[in-house]
Amino acid sequence: MMDFWIILTAVLVASACSILGCFLILRRMALVGDAISHAVLPGIAIAFLMSGTRDSMWMLLGATAFGLLTVFLIQTLQTSGLQSDASIGIVFTALFAVGVLLISLNAQHIDLDLDCVLFGEIAYVPWDTWTFGSTDMGPRAVWMLGITLTVILLLLGLFYKQFKICAFDPAMAAACGIPVLLFHYLLMGMVSMTAVSSFESVGAILVVGMLIIPAATAYLLTNRLGVMIGLSVAVGIISAVSGYLVSYLLDASIAGCIVSAAGILFILTLLFAPQHGVIAKFARRRSSAQTVS
Amino acid sequence: MLDWLISLWSDPNTRWILMGCTLLGLGSGVIGSFTFLRRESLLGDTLAHAALPGVCIAFMLHEVKSASLFLIGALAAGIAAVLCVSAISRLTRIKSDAAMGIVLTFFFGIGTVMLTHIQHSGSGSQSGLDKYLFGQAAAMVTSDVYTLMGVSVLLVAAAILLFKEFKLVSFDPGFARGIGLPVSLLEHAMLILTTVAVAAGIQAVGVVLVAALLITPAAAARYWTHRLPVMLAFAGLFGALSGASGAAISTLGGSIPTGPVTVLAATLLFVISMLLAPERGLVAKTLRHRSMKANYARSAAERSALNPAEGGNSK
Repeated sequence: MMDFWIILTAVLVASACSILGCFLILRRMALVGDAISHAVLPGIAIAFLMSGTRDSMWMLLGATAFGLLTVFLIQTLQTSGLQSDASIGIVFTALFAVGVLLISLNAQHIDLDLDCVLFGEIAYVPWDTWTFGSTDMGPRAVWMLGITLTVILLLLGLFYKQFKICAFDPAMAAACGIPVLLFHYLLMGMVSMTAVSSFESVGAILVVGMLIIPAATAYLLTNRLGVMIGLSVAVGIISAVSGYLVSYLLDASIAGCIVSAAGILFILTLLFAPQHGVIAKFARRRSSAQTVS
Repeated sequence: MLDWLISLWSDPNTRWILMGCTLLGLGSGVIGSFTFLRRESLLGDTLAHAALPGVCIAFMLHEVKSASLFLIGALAAGIAAVLCVSAISRLTRIKSDAAMGIVLTFFFGIGTVMLTHIQHSGSGSQSGLDKYLFGQAAAMVTSDVYTLMGVSVLLVAAAILLFKEFKLVSFDPGFARGIGLPVSLLEHAMLILTTVAVAAGIQAVGVVLVAALLITPAAAARYWTHRLPVMLAFAGLFGALSGASGAAISTLGGSIPTGPVTVLAATLLFVISMLLAPERGLVAKTLRHRSMKANYARSAAERSALNPAEGGNSK
């Protein structure tokens, strides 16, 4: 049963992240996802300090607001003339620093381990349960991630076309009358929500890995957005399950093994993908060279 | 206040750490300016995360904790990571930012697996590897400080000796190649210097925050000047100031970590520069904008007074 909860949590993180990751990769904002997942730390710390408990809903809302603040600050710096890579770097390091400082200054009030922030400890998920009334409703992380995934599916289902046009051609989307900025912030809000609800259970590294690697793998396999999302989720789930098994064998970090599994899937795809793979490209180049000679 | 400053200087241990952090800030600020100009600021973040497996392998091979060994491990892993990033973005249609994200998380994931493996096998519990990751300058011993100082001197010396070459390669690689400079060699040299700065900085401020040592002072310095030598001097000064204040403030209490204070000091300097810099600062820009508007309104009023017919039409 415990294995089941851990795998379920990992699968939920993987699905939520790999869906959103597709849009981040297409909008060339992969590293903004990285920034958000680090920058929600002060939000989590403040929510802890204010509510005094792990009251999930407050934490989710407060920290998601910090994710949006990150995006807003990055955008403001960019429009004031700073180049985008530097503005991402400055904003997320500053916010993460605030978070670490808050946690270490209030260590006796905050039940948050700094090691867990980076590596996460998904193995503890089954013990941290949510009780409603007096009944045990199962692990809290599963509930938070379940809510997040539902929100993501609902929003993307309702506005799939709008998100798609915004991802490929924001200028055309604006010309069609789609409120591009609103959809941008919606997407970023969903990324923040995912980052927050997975933060302390699985750690920032798994979130970032799952946001970028499965989506990039799928990007090498297809040219259609719908297929890309499906493949990305498949890669995410396969790496979650196989990573868990490997971590059991190696007696090592679950989050680390899942990310490594995803990385290995990416390398395999990079080499063997039918159209965009390295080997296929070389073969094509050689055959075209032969036709010329 | 004064007593505190005096006590900082009189305690030999604190003095060494203070000097180490100051020099580290100086060196990373200077090298960071070049990465900033080449728009590769986030490479520092990738390098820092990628260092983890290197550090773990170095520990597994020698079973001792030593700053210089970790530095070599981090350097090797960093170079491997950079090669992977450039291979992915060159061979496929994946853009360089996504490539950086992939390499960053993959290396860090492997590093995490190794780290937990070391910790569970027992010998690693006293290795201090996790201290190394989160950065606690107060935990440094004298030999670590010597390594830090050596690295910083190397960074600044390289930036001064190769100043002209680095400048050309940063601003106009095409022209640099045209006049016969070994551009790719110089690019690699810059990359290795950046990796060295990151690997040394991890110990003082931690994996996540070390990128700020490269980015923030350089970005702040950019507001003050249009000339590269001046920018390097400002970036070095800002870096040194943040490193010094991080080390100094963290001596106030046992629970204040060095890294976040250093980064926040750098961010404060950045915000001040962004607002108050004489020409490119926001305040100066707003004032200039307003005076231009007023000038224009005045001249328009004068025009319409001289030429009533035109003034009547324009409204």
